[in-house]
Amino acid sequence: MPAQYLWLIPLLPFAGFLLNGTMGRRLPRPAVTGIALLFTLIPALLVAWLWQTMLSTGQQTLEIVSGNWIAVTGFHVDFALSVDHLTLIMLAIVTGVGFLIHLYSAGYMAHEEGYWRFFAYLNLFMFFMSVLVLAENFLLLFVGWEGVGLASYLLIGFYFKKDSAANAGKKAFIVNRIGDFGFLLAMFLLIAEFGSLSFSHIFSTLAANPYLHGGLLTAICLLLVLGAAGKSAQIPLYIWLPDAMEGPTPVSALIHAATMVTAGIYMVARCHSLFDRSPLALAVVACIGAATAIFAACIGMVQHDIKRVLAYSTVSQLGYMFLACGVAAYSAAIFHLMTHAFFKALLFLAAGSVIHALSGEQDMRKMGGLRKRIPITFWTMSAGVFAIAGIPPLAGFFSKDEILYRAFAFEANPALGKLLWLVGLITAGMTSFYMFRLWFKTFFGPEHVDEHPPLETHGAAVHSRSTTTHVMEDEHDEGQAAHPHGVHKSPWIMLVPLVILAVLSLIGGWVGVPQALYGHNEIEHFLDPVFASAAPEIAISPGPIAHGLEFGLAVVSVLTALLGLFVAYIFYYKRPRTAAAIAQRFPALYNLVQNKFYIDELYYFAIVTPLLVFTRGILGLVVETGLVEGSGKLAGLATRGLGGITRRIQSGNIRSYAGWLALGAAAVITVMIFGRFWIR
Amino acid sequence: MNLDHQILTLITFIPLAGAILLALLPDKGKTMQWGALAITLFTFLCTLHLPAHYAYNAPAGSFQFDQNHPWIPSPAIHYHIGVDGLSMWLVVLTGLLAPLGVLASWNAISSRRKTFYVLFLLQQVAMFGVFVSLDLFLYYAFWELSLVPMTILIATFGRTANRRRAALKYFLYAFIPSAILLVAVIWVYTRTGTFDLPTIASQHLLSGTSTAMWLASLAFLLAFAVKVPVFPLHGWLSDAVAEAPTAAVMVLAGKLGLYSILRFYFGLFPAEAHRISPLMIALGAVGIVYGALLALTQNDLKRLAAFATLGALSFITLGIFTFTIAGLDGGIFHILSESISGAALFVLMGLLYERYGTYDMRELGGLAAKLPWMVTLFVITTLSVVGLPMLNNFVGEFLILSGAMAHHHAWTAVATTGVILSAAYMLLMIQRVFYGSLGDKPEAMRTWDLDPREHLALWPIAILMLVMGIASPFWMRAIDQTGTAITQQHEDLPQTIRIESETYSQAAPSQITTASAHTRIPEATR
Repeated sequence: MPAQYLWLIPLLPFAGFLLNGTMGRRLPRPAVTGIALLFTLIPALLVAWLWQTMLSTGQQTLEIVSGNWIAVTGFHVDFALSVDHLTLIMLAIVTGVGFLIHLYSAGYMAHEEGYWRFFAYLNLFMFFMSVLVLAENFLLLFVGWEGVGLASYLLIGFYFKKDSAANAGKKAFIVNRIGDFGFLLAMFLLIAEFGSLSFSHIFSTLAANPYLHGGLLTAICLLLVLGAAGKSAQIPLYIWLPDAMEGPTPVSALIHAATMVTAGIYMVARCHSLFDRSPLALAVVACIGAATAIFAACIGMVQHDIKRVLAYSTVSQLGYMFLACGVAAYSAAIFHLMTHAFFKALLFLAAGSVIHALSGEQDMRKMGGLRKRIPITFWTMSAGVFAIAGIPPLAGFFSKDEILYRAFAFEANPALGKLLWLVGLITAGMTSFYMFRLWFKTFFGPEHVDEHPPLETHGAAVHSRSTTTHVMEDEHDEGQAAHPHGVHKSPWIMLVPLVILAVLSLIGGWVGVPQALYGHNEIEHFLDPVFASAAPEIAISPGPIAHGLEFGLAVVSVLTALLGLFVAYIFYYKRPRTAAAIAQRFPALYNLVQNKFYIDELYYFAIVTPLLVFTRGILGLVVETGLVEGSGKLAGLATRGLGGITRRIQSGNIRSYAGWLALGAAAVITVMIFGRFWIR
Repeated sequence: MNLDHQILTLITFIPLAGAILLALLPDKGKTMQWGALAITLFTFLCTLHLPAHYAYNAPAGSFQFDQNHPWIPSPAIHYHIGVDGLSMWLVVLTGLLAPLGVLASWNAISSRRKTFYVLFLLQQVAMFGVFVSLDLFLYYAFWELSLVPMTILIATFGRTANRRRAALKYFLYAFIPSAILLVAVIWVYTRTGTFDLPTIASQHLLSGTSTAMWLASLAFLLAFAVKVPVFPLHGWLSDAVAEAPTAAVMVLAGKLGLYSILRFYFGLFPAEAHRISPLMIALGAVGIVYGALLALTQNDLKRLAAFATLGALSFITLGIFTFTIAGLDGGIFHILSESISGAALFVLMGLLYERYGTYDMRELGGLAAKLPWMVTLFVITTLSVVGLPMLNNFVGEFLILSGAMAHHHAWTAVATTGVILSAAYMLLMIQRVFYGSLGDKPEAMRTWDLDPREHLALWPIAILMLVMGIASPFWMRAIDQTGTAITQQHEDLPQTIRIESETYSQAAPSQITTASAHTRIPEATR
């Protein structure tokens, strides 16, 4: 594929956004759908063509520079795109999964009021996300970075009449802006240090200067980590992601699970040359990742809302990817990013299907026994659950295991590596537990279907309008005569993406089977050209001992996953009351976790409120009214006072005038004689 | 016919001729509106002559389209006008905002229309005059003239009973420092024997470090800083913005003062400007945060926009006083883009006021469903104000902050928090006005979405925001000449403290790999 065509990958979805955004209101729905699907399908095909071209010609990178964006004397930023193997994988995920979710949305959103608006925003997201992964410099990456945040803001707040949705959108944008603050400062430091923001320039300068270490680079990396923590929902900025579930479910699948939230991991991997030079920054990345992974998993274990469980699971899995980056296992991070995109998108879409089936119900306590009602959803979701739990040979097992192994074998800091491994392993067990908890509670046990309240009360959680009522019944499965509302054949447009993603969750991990398990780890070799420049001291040496170790660790993590499955089976299938009993034994702890450790409240209490009080009280009253306006008033008063004095001088009395004249003349003469000593 | 030598005179005085014409016409029907629109559009077309015929490769610091005629022999006052990369785009901007102001006032000003449009055009004359004058005396005349129509506009067409007080406050704030400025202008004349700015600046007629010099420079700076306004001299701003009609607000703050700092303060007192720059950078950074925090707590849309404006102007103050090329270029560019976004914001708020008769956010809410086009444009403008990349304000803010980072890490970090806070107050505003459930007032009223006139006024501005965000080099070519000239002007100085300008412009890409990197890196590590 010629390099000029690269621009088509982002610009076609943008054209779709413009078309639907300006005319969508008046277009019929099939036209809106057609535009949105066409302008995401073509980029996906282009990516396939691109992939084929680059592999067949053996090109490592493809670049195109199309003029200046910002240019002043001594500094410029270009519209430059570049593709290497890392970008290829990201592009394939973004356009591929993106197209599937567009397809699903056409069915899922079919009866929504703002149908055209939804697809316009979704296309806008595809535009910015493609720019993000294609960018050749930090600033263009930042365009995509901010842009996906904008799309996310618009889509979270899609049901803008609901205060909770409007709040969640705003919160997402502002928290992301805190991260962007770090990203911006990092860019300013990069400019000051390297005089450019171009990746190739900065990384080649680094490569040519092997002694560049720590110091300023650490500062740059830590600021970038702040940015990545905002976008990828890591501690301390993860708080926006669970709230982002206010958006329509396909949005949660595409933006808040598969693609946008992985931008932080992509960015760290992209800048690995910088991070490799700063062991401190890498350690911080690893610790943030591990802490987030286990912390979010804790919260995920006790949530009742099916989407929130998945949201905390996403935060936790992103923590894994961070952890991988932190031990310089970038290809493992990207591998997990990819498999996670498959199974988490699948889980969200399947959860959307469940929610649809239950007329908008999201509370798992009101679910149960659904496996016979909606078998296709059940089977596809099972693939996702087993994949994320790390049961071999599904996708999640290989990628998670690779991360755990690389953490365990982290030679630059063995003690830290072992600790990270342990945290990762515990998290894996917890992940397995809460995912199977979700699985058992939703699909097994007694049915609660008939007790369902009508949409008007509960449906609002997902669908703000009752126009969607009749859709709820169309779930999707064949020949279930027992269904209380009668069963319709499900629209293929929603099932096809589920099945494709289920297949990918089953086999997607096979590109990364390690040699210890008699595989070839193709993905690592594929990414080698991008990550090979990692500093030698961080790379690990493979060997027969390492293989034995890796095999052993794999067995341990499989056992952990099975333990999670077993505990969930006991708690939520065999003896369903056990969990509640345990929760009652430790009410304080349970409430603490149930309420997400009160982190939101803490932030509000410690930062937002004091800031507003300070602004209203000190700045608003004391500074603004008192000092700024007060000094103005004082100046006015002083003028009036001076006027009063001068008025008195103009008395109309000739003798007084003569006296002032003489005094003035004397003063002028004095100044003329002595003044030059004062005014040089 | 080659207009190059008359064009600036034409641009400056067409609105004056138009004002006289309007004064003679009867105020019937929509005569005033159509007349004013025709005049301002024609003026705008004339201003476009400048970028079309501008010599972009002229030596830095030279003036184009200039006209220099002796006016009064003694004291030697000349009619000397001309533009460079800095003032050219400001002239075009002034030309662009005027028709927009007329369109925004179309229905909003319903009585005493003649007075309004005549004063509005006179204000435009004064602004053009300030931007093109190169003779200090001529400049001062236009500077003072700019004060009068604005004061009367606020006092006559203000929104509430508070308008006279706001107008008086504005007048006193601007007038008192201007009187001191006059003294300083005359002092400059006595020292140099000329009012001609290019002569004084290029020949360094004002060098030396006397107390008087320092005092004169402060007089210039004070007059300009109040007019900008620079924090904490913004006491007049929120009242004036809250009262003034939309068309007046668009040209109320920023441009005149900032331009004067760049042209006259930097031109006449480069050494003093450098000495005071740390203070101004600090005031800029603090002003950004202060403006944003106060904007966060406002209930009145216009006061929110006033503090947002204070924040944007503080960005520019910060940028130009870094004396780096990026900071200066970004600052000048930001004057343009901030004016355009601010104008769009004020117009949109004015349209809401026309519909609901209030600027109070507590009485609004849930309007998105009722006014879909309005919310679209409001969101676009909001994104521009918060500095979303690919829109105009990002370019300026990015360059300003990257220029500031070269020497002032801490203040840059403080200033960058403005990025978070601006998102907070703008999105809060959008949410309070447009999202959620319908407010009390909107529920009771039947209103309409944008009409064709309003579409016509706003979409070109929205598109301009996007184009300026993507194709910034089109504007930057000319601006960069001036930005570079200002940094050089200082390096040319005979004897002063020199601040190293623009590390990254000097550090060529290859340089870092050579031996110098050994010394650079540990230094940065410290």
